[in-house]
Amino acid sequence: MKAACGTVFKYGDNVDTDVIIPARYLNSSEPKELALHCMEDIDKEFIKEVKPGDIIVAEKNFGCGSSREHAPIAIKAAGVSCVIAETFARIFYRNSINIGLPIVECKEAAAEIQAGDEVEVDFDSGVITDKTTGKTYQGQAFPEFMQKIIDCQGLVNYINQK
Amino acid sequence: MGMTMTQKILAAHAGLDSVTPGQLIEADLDLVLGNDITSPVAIHEIEKMKTEGVFHKDKIALVMDHFVPNKDIKSAEHCKCVREFACKHDITNYFDVGEMGIEHALLPEKGLTVAGDVIIGADSHTCTYGALGAFSTGVGSTDMAAGMATGKAWFKVPSAIKFTLTGKPAKWVSGKDIILHIIGMIGVDGALYKSMEFVGDGIQHLSMDDRFTIANMAIEGGGKNGIFPVDEKCQAYLKEHSMRPYKVYEADPDAVYDEEYTIDLSTLKSTVAFPHLPENTKTIDEAGDIKIDQVVIGSCTNGRYEDLRIAAEILKGKKVKKGVRTIVIPATQQIYLDAMEAGFIRTFIEAGAIVSTPTCGPCLGGYMGILAQGERCVSTTNRNFVGRMGHTESEIYLASPAVAAASAITGRISSPDEV
Repeated sequence: MKAACGTVFKYGDNVDTDVIIPARYLNSSEPKELALHCMEDIDKEFIKEVKPGDIIVAEKNFGCGSSREHAPIAIKAAGVSCVIAETFARIFYRNSINIGLPIVECKEAAAEIQAGDEVEVDFDSGVITDKTTGKTYQGQAFPEFMQKIIDCQGLVNYINQK
Repeated sequence: MGMTMTQKILAAHAGLDSVTPGQLIEADLDLVLGNDITSPVAIHEIEKMKTEGVFHKDKIALVMDHFVPNKDIKSAEHCKCVREFACKHDITNYFDVGEMGIEHALLPEKGLTVAGDVIIGADSHTCTYGALGAFSTGVGSTDMAAGMATGKAWFKVPSAIKFTLTGKPAKWVSGKDIILHIIGMIGVDGALYKSMEFVGDGIQHLSMDDRFTIANMAIEGGGKNGIFPVDEKCQAYLKEHSMRPYKVYEADPDAVYDEEYTIDLSTLKSTVAFPHLPENTKTIDEAGDIKIDQVVIGSCTNGRYEDLRIAAEILKGKKVKKGVRTIVIPATQQIYLDAMEAGFIRTFIEAGAIVSTPTCGPCLGGYMGILAQGERCVSTTNRNFVGRMGHTESEIYLASPAVAAASAITGRISSPDEV
């Protein structure tokens, strides 16, 4: 399975789905359109600066609030290759796996990695490497079935291939 | 090892004698729910699946409640997509304008959710049906699609936190104050991945509407579900609303809980969650002088009959403060009719409030009450995140219908005892 590698955008605790994709844009379900407003209410610069492969690092309870799958869809469509957090809200966690957005829980990485760091995540081993500081962290590796869902770009393709 | 109430329901639906926390299971679903925002994404997914149709046309509920009557062309396209899907698959429980209500008030009222059920819904407040002794939890659109196609979903069996409620709450203390108090105590991720199981002799003093409010906001404590025992009051509700047989599950006496809290309801006061998290709670006497621009009384949390009755009791013969836009939203057509027959609607209108058709609109900043920069709203809804109701520099104060109605009269956050 491939690894993620990119520049870090850093956020704090309880980043909710309303700031990830505000409800005023939920009259659309088109990924590219949602991506245009990704993180808009917490970081207006995000969508101007994000490049394909970049990584979001946040602290506790990332993705809390609404069940809107539009939130991980917007993050993925914005080009983000992985989200690292100390913990994720459970619906966001499920939704991310189901649409094929890699997410990794790691308390130390979430606390220490800084905005702008270059970070690599190996999905097979769960190892997170901060190439800017040289430090490595052991995140939780995905169980095999979750890896396969992500490889298939989501649950539906995975079910279809079974 | 004994099982919690939630674990017993999940075990039964997975065809297992017992389950343990952390175990991955596949459970049969009694109902799969979606709304006008989440269902179009699910429909797009199910159409990519190599499956034929849906698992059961009576066990799917599609409720058009977030942006209806449609607020713009894109919302109308979404509803059209769901309407066509419902028609194509002959979905029994499709609720459009005229029949719809806010989903989590509507489905129990229609008898579609009963004790012992396993229910998933592509809406985070699906946990509401725990008030009826069901396991119900919010999921995303892809899980909804898989659920509609197969009638099954996988779950990680949750551990639980036990909340023992004792004593009788004071006059103006409602389910909303109880759940805000609890979230203030455990934090917005205090029950992450876990069940919140409510027990104790204090529950007998809570109306079913109080219990719906408490279970509804389990998600705001991070919970996977919130669940109540099925007592006489609950059984009376089930018999009044549903023809479906129900099954009563009880936690084993030796069930294991991660944490246990005891809350004496008689000591609680009206509670308000300050911006920008539901855990930022203060009791009403700590609130200080907060002037407000808008009041919303409604939503899946507090748009039921009992909520409107309390608001009407406070607003009867009074006027809302000039400049405070007061928006009352009965959660279903039946609640609207009942409130009309009881005279509440006249009370609201004569007080200077407006009364709307059922909609989730303002709660999530969709329409029908968007806030401008710097404005403050006292709302009986469930989330006060940054920008939730409009401008990122607006503020939402979550409160009970009693506090919301009192605040509408004074124009600042107020106790019902003040008016």
